[in-house]
Amino acid sequence: MSFPWAEEYRPKSGFMRWIDQRLPLPRLVYGAVGGGYPVPRNLNYFWNFGVLAGIALVIQIVTGIILAMHYVPYDQAAFRSVEHIMRDVNQGWLLRYLHANGAAFFFIVTYIHIFRGLYYGSYKAPRELVWMLGLVILLLMMATAFMGYVLPWGQMSFWASKVITGLFGAIPLVGEPVQTWLLGGYAPDQPTLNRFFSLHYLLPFVIAGVIILHIWALHIPGSGNPTGVDVKSPQDTLPFHPYYTAKDGFGLGVFLILLAFVVFFAPNYLGHADNYIPANPLSTPSHIVPEWYFWPFYAILRAFTVDFILPAKLWGVLAMFGSIILLFFLPWLDPSPVRSGNYRPRFRQFFWILILDILVLGWCGGLPAEEPYVMISQVATMYYFAHFLIILPILSWTERTLPLPNSISESVLHGEEREAAPADLSGVRPATAAE
Amino acid sequence: MVRLLGILIGLGFVLVTGWSLAWGVGAYLSEPHEESVEHRFHQEARDIAFSFDGPMGKYDRPQLQRGFQVYKEVCASCHGLSFVAFRNLEDLGYGEEEIKAVADKWQIEVPAVDPKTGEASTRKALPADYFPNPYPNEVAARAANNNALPPDLSLITKARHGGPAYIASLLTGYRNPPANLPADSRPGPGLHFNPWFANLNIAMPPPLRDGQVSYADGTNPSVDQMAKDVSAFLAWTAEPKLEDRKATGWAVLIFLLFATILAYLAYQNIWHGGASRRVRRTGPLDPENMAKSDEAKRDAGIAG
Repeated sequence: MSFPWAEEYRPKSGFMRWIDQRLPLPRLVYGAVGGGYPVPRNLNYFWNFGVLAGIALVIQIVTGIILAMHYVPYDQAAFRSVEHIMRDVNQGWLLRYLHANGAAFFFIVTYIHIFRGLYYGSYKAPRELVWMLGLVILLLMMATAFMGYVLPWGQMSFWASKVITGLFGAIPLVGEPVQTWLLGGYAPDQPTLNRFFSLHYLLPFVIAGVIILHIWALHIPGSGNPTGVDVKSPQDTLPFHPYYTAKDGFGLGVFLILLAFVVFFAPNYLGHADNYIPANPLSTPSHIVPEWYFWPFYAILRAFTVDFILPAKLWGVLAMFGSIILLFFLPWLDPSPVRSGNYRPRFRQFFWILILDILVLGWCGGLPAEEPYVMISQVATMYYFAHFLIILPILSWTERTLPLPNSISESVLHGEEREAAPADLSGVRPATAAE
Repeated sequence: MVRLLGILIGLGFVLVTGWSLAWGVGAYLSEPHEESVEHRFHQEARDIAFSFDGPMGKYDRPQLQRGFQVYKEVCASCHGLSFVAFRNLEDLGYGEEEIKAVADKWQIEVPAVDPKTGEASTRKALPADYFPNPYPNEVAARAANNNALPPDLSLITKARHGGPAYIASLLTGYRNPPANLPADSRPGPGLHFNPWFANLNIAMPPPLRDGQVSYADGTNPSVDQMAKDVSAFLAWTAEPKLEDRKATGWAVLIFLLFATILAYLAYQNIWHGGASRRVRRTGPLDPENMAKSDEAKRDAGIAG
């Protein structure tokens, strides 16, 4: 890795110099997350969520590895082994509740991280690959979370695995063979459970790998910022450490307090009661729902109720996958040169409609497929696609944006501070004067 | 180009969704939409307070013991408790000898193998055994219960919306079917009307009647009291570590609160303390270095 931005590493001790000459790991850390990484000085709290998502992944991996020491991926024993963890393993209840609620919190912080990117235009040049790698992480997270939900082999586990793999059955011609291949049989059974366990253990490490690429790609142009204006002088930046490590430390504390509150005082609030019933292939739950973080996508899936050239089910599957795939094209669907929503008044209005729209989709996705909820989710689905595929492309042509500040420091420093600012350079020639 | 293609695909999805919506609206307006019978008659769990509610709540040991007595004398004849072992009763405040006696006198014996002949047999339960199931298998259970399967109760309060309050509501919820209940929703033979049950008709006959058990602590064994006691007991069987969890939770929260306040103070100190406003003197963004690189670019003929 090389970071064009990073300040050069100067070892403080002979020992570190000795290490650095043989393995430049200290150099790498210093440049990536240490004092050598210059970060815009005006980041707000929404820039905490990337780090929080990384920490959530670490919590999942640590608790997950210990849970895997006690869990048995066998259809006759899986449910019982989870109860064994809850009752007989030392602090097993804590591990399991942390893992189950940790997944939910991982999605909360990741979604906020994504909405941050949508609002401040973090997907725009030169950060397109950062955005696309992030979407790859999101897809991997979804696959991992879904397979993890199947492992306790409760009623919702079983029926969710049947419904979700059934989506592949909607693909013409190859659909059913693909579904059988995924399940390892015609219905969820022992082969399904075993392979899901294997993949659920594997994918988090793949996620960790893609996160490294995500951060690497980020460090080439450097972090964005709420004004969307490029860094123009050293005055615009602060070293990541200690400034942003300190800010992230505080954000982490708040995150852990909220997580602890749910884990210790409402550990089953985000779950579904039916998953405390052992899987029974002969008894279908009255309404099958995925975990809450899939509800918006589940609502899109169920919004297509009438055949139109293609079968309705296939439309639902196309739309559900399409709703994420289209985000990969966002940098080109919205090529407006102004990044930040702060300077795009129309964009900002539509952005908040989108947030509301996704909340409505989530609300509909958790309810049974009955009227009027289906009609509401259809309207919301129309807006979702219209927002990204119609409104944003047109908006980027027609919108009159607000004037941007000349620099990040100009947007941060006011009044006397601005006057005092040149004095801070204390003898160092400003960049403009040098030319 | 991407934008044009995007607009076309977007219009496609909007049209197809609109098509579904039009059909949905048409059906919604033309067809009478009646509330389902379950919607009209089903009741949400009653608002019942338990000692273990809330972040400070703890189990009430005497209540758990009374609940266990109800389970033992009433429920256990049909319902298993397969995730709970006799030894777990220690949590309820029973001594070692008492637990041994409970296991030894349990009405159903534990499946075993005859040590001499190797044939399947049964033996008396020990404290290490899990509560034995009242029926050897599902077929036997259904055969004895009018083809209904009495569910295992270990996790029942976590496996139903409403939890212990739902169980207590259900146990006290048997009613005569209301006069306006449609004929096809009236209880068939072997079924009983109970508006707290999901489909309104439950196969379990009313299990409790006043004075069915006699409590050693002198509590009046009314149906309401027994229902609450056994629901509290079943909350414990589903979540035996509840008290550990809450106690740990408070310790963790207090620690995190202190740590977060410290982190906040550290953050404020670093950003607004004396060390701030330091301007970096080295690195590629240093004005001097930037000037040098501009110069180098000019020399090399690369447009800066």
